[in-house]
Amino acid sequence: MLAVIGTIPEEDFPLTTGEVCLDRDSIRLGDRRVLVNRGTPALLAAAIKTGEVLGLPLPYAHLVGDIGLGHGSRRLYKHLVKDLPNSRFSVLTFHYLLPDVDWHNKVLFAVEEIEPRPVLIADAGFMYAAKMSGQSDAYELFTPDAGELAFLADEEAPHPFYTRGFILHDENRIPDLITRAYEHKNAARYLLVKGRDDHVASGEGVHAIIDHPVDEALEAMGGTGDSLTGIVSALIASGMETLEAAILAGRINRLAGHLADPTPASQVMEMIAYIPRAMEEVLNDREKRDRRSI
Amino acid sequence: MVALFRKKRPRGSPGTRNQDRGILVFENTSEVIQAENLLMAKGWSVRVKGPPPEIRKGCDLAIEFPLIEELNILRTLQEADLSPLQVVPVNSPLLQPVDLFQIKDFGRYLMVRAANMKLTVDKETQTIVNISGGGCPDVPYLAREMVGRPLMEAPSPREIGHTLCGYALQLAYEEMNRLCSPS
Repeated sequence: MLAVIGTIPEEDFPLTTGEVCLDRDSIRLGDRRVLVNRGTPALLAAAIKTGEVLGLPLPYAHLVGDIGLGHGSRRLYKHLVKDLPNSRFSVLTFHYLLPDVDWHNKVLFAVEEIEPRPVLIADAGFMYAAKMSGQSDAYELFTPDAGELAFLADEEAPHPFYTRGFILHDENRIPDLITRAYEHKNAARYLLVKGRDDHVASGEGVHAIIDHPVDEALEAMGGTGDSLTGIVSALIASGMETLEAAILAGRINRLAGHLADPTPASQVMEMIAYIPRAMEEVLNDREKRDRRSI
Repeated sequence: MVALFRKKRPRGSPGTRNQDRGILVFENTSEVIQAENLLMAKGWSVRVKGPPPEIRKGCDLAIEFPLIEELNILRTLQEADLSPLQVVPVNSPLLQPVDLFQIKDFGRYLMVRAANMKLTVDKETQTIVNISGGGCPDVPYLAREMVGRPLMEAPSPREIGHTLCGYALQLAYEEMNRLCSPS
C-alpha cells in the first residue's frame, strides 16, 4: 500500500492521517476537503487516478498544514518517528516538507524499523533534506525537475537557491548533471528527471529519454512534477519494477498534459483528469510492443 | 545479544554535516546579542559561534541558523532594524545566491525562472497565471496567494514567503516586475 507524506498550504490544517479519495477537484480525507491545485494534493490526486485504472486501494496519507513556517512539518516529523515503525506500507512517498536534516535522519531511522522495508520515494523538500543528509542512497527514487537536478549535482549547494552558476541547469547538459549527482552520491538508486525531455537514470547511466509529445506550456504549469511523482508512486505500489514504472510514468504524465491541450495558464487538475485516458494509451502501447517482441 | 542485530542508525557523511545551517554576519557584537535574543524568543534554534575564516566582514561573532528559513529570519531581523551584513551557508561560505535568470517567452505569456522557481505572467493582463518548481511548503501557499492576481497587486514572496524557495521566487518576481514595467 502506498503512503504519501506531505503538507497542505493552510496554517490551521491539523495533523491528519487516513485514506484519501478524490471528489471532483478536491481530495477528501475524512471530513476534510482540499482543492487540488499543486503540491501534495496534486500528487495524491494523480496517484488516486492511476490507482483507479490499476485497481489499487486508495492511498494512505499523513498530512499537516504548513505555509512554510515549519511548525506543521515538525509536528509531522515527530508523528512519523513514532508511527512509522509499526506501519506496513510497501511504498512511502515523501513530498513537500520543510527540509530539516536532523528530522530527516530521525524519520529514516524509523523507516529502518519497518519490516519489510518499504520502497522510499522522495521529491520536493524531503528530497532536499535527503541530499543534504548525505543519505540519498537510502532511496529508491528521486523525482527532481531540471533545476533540482542541478542542485543534486552540486555537491556544495545546501539548497537550489545556492546552486553554483557553472552547474546551473541547461537542458542539453542533463546527462552530465546526472553523472555528477551519482559521482557525489547525491542521487537515489533511480532518478526520474522532469524537463523538456524526461530522463530516467541510475548510476549505470541514462536508461530512457521520453521526449514526446512536446508541450512547452507544461513547463510553466505548477504541479506537473507533483502529478509525475503521484503516477510513479502508484505504479510502483502496484508491484511494477521501478525502472519500468518511471519510464511509463514519464510517458503517462506527458500524454495527460498533452491531452489537456495546455497553455501556460492551465492548472494541473486539468491534466490530472486525463491520466486514465493517457494510461490506457500508454499501457496498450506497451502491450503491443511486448507482443511484438515475443 | 539483541543489540548485535539492531539496525545501524543511518548517519550523514561528515562532509554533509551542518549542510542545512547558515551564518548571519553582523557589524558588531551588540547586534549579534540582540539578534540572538530576538530569534530565540521567536522560537528558532540558533547559536552564536565564530564566523568561518572565509568571511572578511563583520565582528568576530556570528549566528548559526536554519538556512532554509532565511527569508523569514531576515524579515524578522529587518523589522527589528537588525539586518545582517552577510548571510552565507555554513559548509560553503563563499556560495552566492543564484543571480542568473532564464526567460521564456510563450507569446502571450512570459515565464521567468530563478533557481528552482518559475513565475509566469499573462503579458496582456499582467496577471500571474502560474507558479511552479520549488519544494518548500510555502511554495503551494505562495501560489495560492499570488496566482490569479495582477503582478502589481499580488503580495510579494518577500512579504509572505518564509523559505529559500520563497526567496528564489522573490528574485523571479523582481525580474518579472522589471521586464513588465514600462521602460
